[in-house]
Amino acid sequence: MTPSAVGWSEHPAAVALAGRHRLRAWEPIPWAIALAFYFVFPKYLGFGTELLITVLFAISLDLVLGYAGIVTLGQAAFFGAGAYTVGILAKRGIWTEPISGLILAALVAAAIGLGSGLVLLRTQGLTLLMLTLCTMALLEEAANLAHDYTGGFDGLDSLPIAPLLGVFEFNPLYPKTQYLYVLSVLFVCFVFVRTLVYSPFGQSLTGIRENTLRMHAVGAPVRGRLVLCYAVSAAIAGVAGGLWAQANAYVNLGTLGLDRAATVLIILVLGGYGRLYGAFVGAVAYMALSHFLSKIYPTAWQLGLGLLLVVIALFARNGILGIAEAAARRLRPPRPTS
Amino acid sequence: MSAPLLETRALCRNFGALAAARDINFRLEAGARHALIGPNGAGKTTFVNLLTGVIPPTSGAILMKGRDITKVAQAQRVKLGIARTFQINRLFRRLSVLENVYIAVAERIGAATSMVRPAGTRRDVVEESMRLLETLKLTADASRRISELPYGRQRLVELAIALGLKPEILLLDEPAAGVPSAESHIILDAIDSLPPDIGVLIIDHDMDLVFRFAERITVMVSGAVFATGSPREIGADANVRAVYLGRAGHG
Repeated sequence: MTPSAVGWSEHPAAVALAGRHRLRAWEPIPWAIALAFYFVFPKYLGFGTELLITVLFAISLDLVLGYAGIVTLGQAAFFGAGAYTVGILAKRGIWTEPISGLILAALVAAAIGLGSGLVLLRTQGLTLLMLTLCTMALLEEAANLAHDYTGGFDGLDSLPIAPLLGVFEFNPLYPKTQYLYVLSVLFVCFVFVRTLVYSPFGQSLTGIRENTLRMHAVGAPVRGRLVLCYAVSAAIAGVAGGLWAQANAYVNLGTLGLDRAATVLIILVLGGYGRLYGAFVGAVAYMALSHFLSKIYPTAWQLGLGLLLVVIALFARNGILGIAEAAARRLRPPRPTS
Repeated sequence: MSAPLLETRALCRNFGALAAARDINFRLEAGARHALIGPNGAGKTTFVNLLTGVIPPTSGAILMKGRDITKVAQAQRVKLGIARTFQINRLFRRLSVLENVYIAVAERIGAATSMVRPAGTRRDVVEESMRLLETLKLTADASRRISELPYGRQRLVELAIALGLKPEILLLDEPAAGVPSAESHIILDAIDSLPPDIGVLIIDHDMDLVFRFAERITVMVSGAVFATGSPREIGADANVRAVYLGRAGHG
């Protein structure tokens, strides 16, 4: 045992805590793949863009669900809020510049997250789940009724989005600009979330997830922390939604429906929540699976997805990444506990 | 005479028809080593929950150093210096022992609001947490998850978290329950080496522990204070022996 005179930073527990935020050897791999995709599959960049946006959306959910333990079924409310912010501003010719448009999308979504979070996060469990669902349904219905602004059921199409940095055009048919733009935004947001979850604030979110009562008893302002986390997550979901509207030059009610909220939840559970990269793995697995299953069994392909989810829920609670981690632990010789 | 560290005035709490706390007038002085005993269901844990703000009282008042804190929220009371341990462990089970204590220390010194710096590089928090683990002989387990620890060791983490809050008032709800007797001395030693000026209230059924530790004992029965006095007085009180000590087979 290290004598206390030397200080405790040498202790294995302190070393592990001090080193957990460091870049691991495999972490550049998904980014390298994403970049390589651009060059190898130029015909599939539309699909790739959609995938990257989904990853960003799933990361926003991971922050609230995986780290803070807030069970929500209404995350698409913020995706939709971001998408409609970009859509309405562009359609009315008020604001078409993409990067600042994303910031506006984030602000609107964060404001909705803050407002609804202040009320919703007084509850927990099933009540919270239903209330998040209700909030999203209300927003969806509001968007449906405000036909003059949102285009109602038809949505808003042919959004005029200004060229990125005034140079690179968004071409819906050949989305080269969109792909690299979305990848860059995803990277920035990812670095932000990664920093957040390894910070003392992130540690306290984990504490709330693990034992809310104890967090109260150590003097943590639990609800304030949760509301803040909810608003930050809403902002990121809003960015994802804004990206979706810009990349497709289009926004409709599907951006804030239950379908989208449930899909992103499935993706996160499939990939493994509370792990950051679960969003990547889950999104790829989900998109690949639905592609594959719908080819071999076009009428009831979702059945296969459902069965897989049941298996994951029963036997692999930590998703695909959890399986990989368990396998890696088995292959590696056990570390000596000094 | 100055106001006591912690005081309750006619404190009542009803759960429906059940009076779990009845008209409790209680004083905890600075530097006190006070024990709260009583048969199961006497309302001891309810009393701690009232003191820490987990539940609001039906009527009555709680004062800290003369200031009315009856309406102060739980987390704020911790900031004022009231910390507790739980009768049943409430720990962050999937986190390491070090992380468990880290969370408490970070919260106390205001580090927990930082969103940028990686948690592990706050050496001040890490060092203090490790020193605390050292006093409780937990350094060898610092890297282990709570869920991997035997229950008795978990009790020590429960105490470490409370101590990490550097309280002025420490409420210990059966700190040694479930701890193997070979390890219970670690808990007693830790309680003995607390700063002498903090007020400690301990609930326990272990009469050896209570009579060794306490300078003053309050006996609760059916939600009300039954008797208060020095260990000698309580030990000699025939009524106390009748309702509690004798029946429980201690004494």
